[in-house]
Amino acid sequence: MKAVHVVQGTAVPLDRSDVDTDQIIPSDWLKRVERTGFEKGLFSEWRDGEDFVLNDEAYAGANILIGGPNFGTGSSREHAVWAIQQYGFDAVISPRFGPIFKNNSTKNGLVPVEVSAEVAETLMKAVQDDPSLEIMIDIKRRSLEAPAIGLEATFPLDDSVQERFLKGLDDIGITLTLDADISTFESSRPAWMPRGA
Amino acid sequence: MGRTLSQKVWDNHLVHSGDGEPDLLYIDLHLVHEVTSPQAFDGLRLTGRTVRRPELTIATEDHNVPTADIDKPIADEVSRAQVETLRKNTDEFGITNYPMGHPDQGIVHVIGPELGLTQPGMTVVCGDSHTSTHGAFGALAFGIGTSEVEHVLATQTLPQPAQETMAITINGELPEGSSAKDVVLAVLGAVGTGGGIGAIAEFRGPVIEALSMEGRMTVCNMSIEFGAKAGLIAPDQTTFDYLAGRRNAPTGADWDAAVAAWSELKTDPDAVFDREVIIDGKDIVPHVTWGTNPGQVIPLDANIPSPSDFSDPTEADAANRALEYMGFEAGTPMKNIAVDTVFIGSCTNSRIEDLRAAAEVAKGRKVANGMRTLVVPGSGRVKAQAESEGLHEIFIEAGFDWREPGCSMCLAMNPDKLSPGERSASTSNRNFEGRQGRGGRTHLVSPAVAAATAIAGHFATPGDLS
Repeated sequence: MKAVHVVQGTAVPLDRSDVDTDQIIPSDWLKRVERTGFEKGLFSEWRDGEDFVLNDEAYAGANILIGGPNFGTGSSREHAVWAIQQYGFDAVISPRFGPIFKNNSTKNGLVPVEVSAEVAETLMKAVQDDPSLEIMIDIKRRSLEAPAIGLEATFPLDDSVQERFLKGLDDIGITLTLDADISTFESSRPAWMPRGA
Repeated sequence: MGRTLSQKVWDNHLVHSGDGEPDLLYIDLHLVHEVTSPQAFDGLRLTGRTVRRPELTIATEDHNVPTADIDKPIADEVSRAQVETLRKNTDEFGITNYPMGHPDQGIVHVIGPELGLTQPGMTVVCGDSHTSTHGAFGALAFGIGTSEVEHVLATQTLPQPAQETMAITINGELPEGSSAKDVVLAVLGAVGTGGGIGAIAEFRGPVIEALSMEGRMTVCNMSIEFGAKAGLIAPDQTTFDYLAGRRNAPTGADWDAAVAAWSELKTDPDAVFDREVIIDGKDIVPHVTWGTNPGQVIPLDANIPSPSDFSDPTEADAANRALEYMGFEAGTPMKNIAVDTVFIGSCTNSRIEDLRAAAEVAKGRKVANGMRTLVVPGSGRVKAQAESEGLHEIFIEAGFDWREPGCSMCLAMNPDKLSPGERSASTSNRNFEGRQGRGGRTHLVSPAVAAATAIAGHFATPGDLS
């Protein structure tokens, strides 16, 4: 994956809780065998409604998505992350993420910014009031800032995940350096364990 | 201090651990299906990597497959291409695949256990969030994304950050007419969709111990709906009896060694869980979801709630949206709500015991006029077993549509879909907006409630039928 150090820009306020991955990318889109072309499917059922925030010109060009709590719950489909990124978002801010979505995000360089409910709400309102509000997310400092409203917050990111973001590392490559450990473990597995069919 | 069951299974699979790094866990069984794997196989080809342990990897076709006319090619070209891609990939990398129409084909979480591939103490992964199902055997089983599918194919391991532990204890016993589905729906009502995030849940207590393996799989299946990394249950005699004689289960002296090892897999008495939830089984009546996430659930004889019933403004707002989407007036008794479609199937409730429970209700009765019904067995083996017991005849006689195995209307990737505004009673696991078809309205229930609802025409328990 590509290295990510800072995400800077404006945000779209998606003010609802429990945005599950079926909403992010409906199952019809999962039939594709490619890894690209999912941007058209992003929130496709909601985007038909004129009032949907993604259709609001004021938010055109935004590269950060702000969601309510439990963002990305449900299905494990990594297509949800691909769709969000391919549409043009580099980070998602939420008070709480679905665990598989969050993990998938970190494998693709989409920054999951988990902040307190208060910070998320403050930011949501501020962006609703001023769509041009500048937001800066710094991976190294694990920080979220919106200087115009005096907002500063930090977010959790495991050391190893942070390092992968900063260096753009390939997970599989890292694991394959432990090949000898894997072989040692394999030699200790009981012979009766299933070998499929 | 003692360790919990999940900590023991975790520790038993530790390949490598280091400060500031996630633990590297060995994966005993990797299940693969057509939807979340194509890009992973592409990744292997791009980097020139191979599948490290093809014999620990099993594939099947389930999400896209039609449940009728399976002797013909899949009509939807994009679905057909995806299924054909799986066949090509499994051929190229030497992986066993159970294709549409094969007697062992079925929903990936149904076939793993029934072939004896899922065993206590194992680590099981699949590019599918309902992999938690396999936790019913005391396995550490969880859903992964496509990048992780590629990682497991290439290395047979996964880096995993530490998780909290969560005990969900169901005391006492269930009232007559309640099932495993009602247990997990009641848990969802108690903890909400985010209550398990960051934790591995262990279901325990007398109600869980009294459940069959099918029932335990139903409970563990929906662990992901409250956000848990995994859900599991300590193996016991019920588990061993289920496994004995299955195709991939050990035999002879190996069986004895395995049972001895499996019997150690339980939480130590002095282990401490990070989170605890305790529910009294006697309070678990038949449940139904009324909204658009699985935490929006009520007893079947309750009224549809009002946003003002929720003190949390986020929940009130979500309730408001859900009422609008579902086309509901707050305060309406749930049992007054008519449904158009009944779906009995999915990795949650498509096993033989589920079909027996639904058939018992259907026997000698007729489905309501104009009701669309689908009974979709979880696998070729479940279908064959049901037919050997004559269950299909009971369903057909009652007016139910008896289908071929697959995921079907759980997620509407095949032709089985709801139309906009249609309402279903479904034994599946997700009532998200549009989950069963664009604009469709889904209510999650147990197999017995689904069958009774098909007959009554509105939400009903078997006890409500004359």
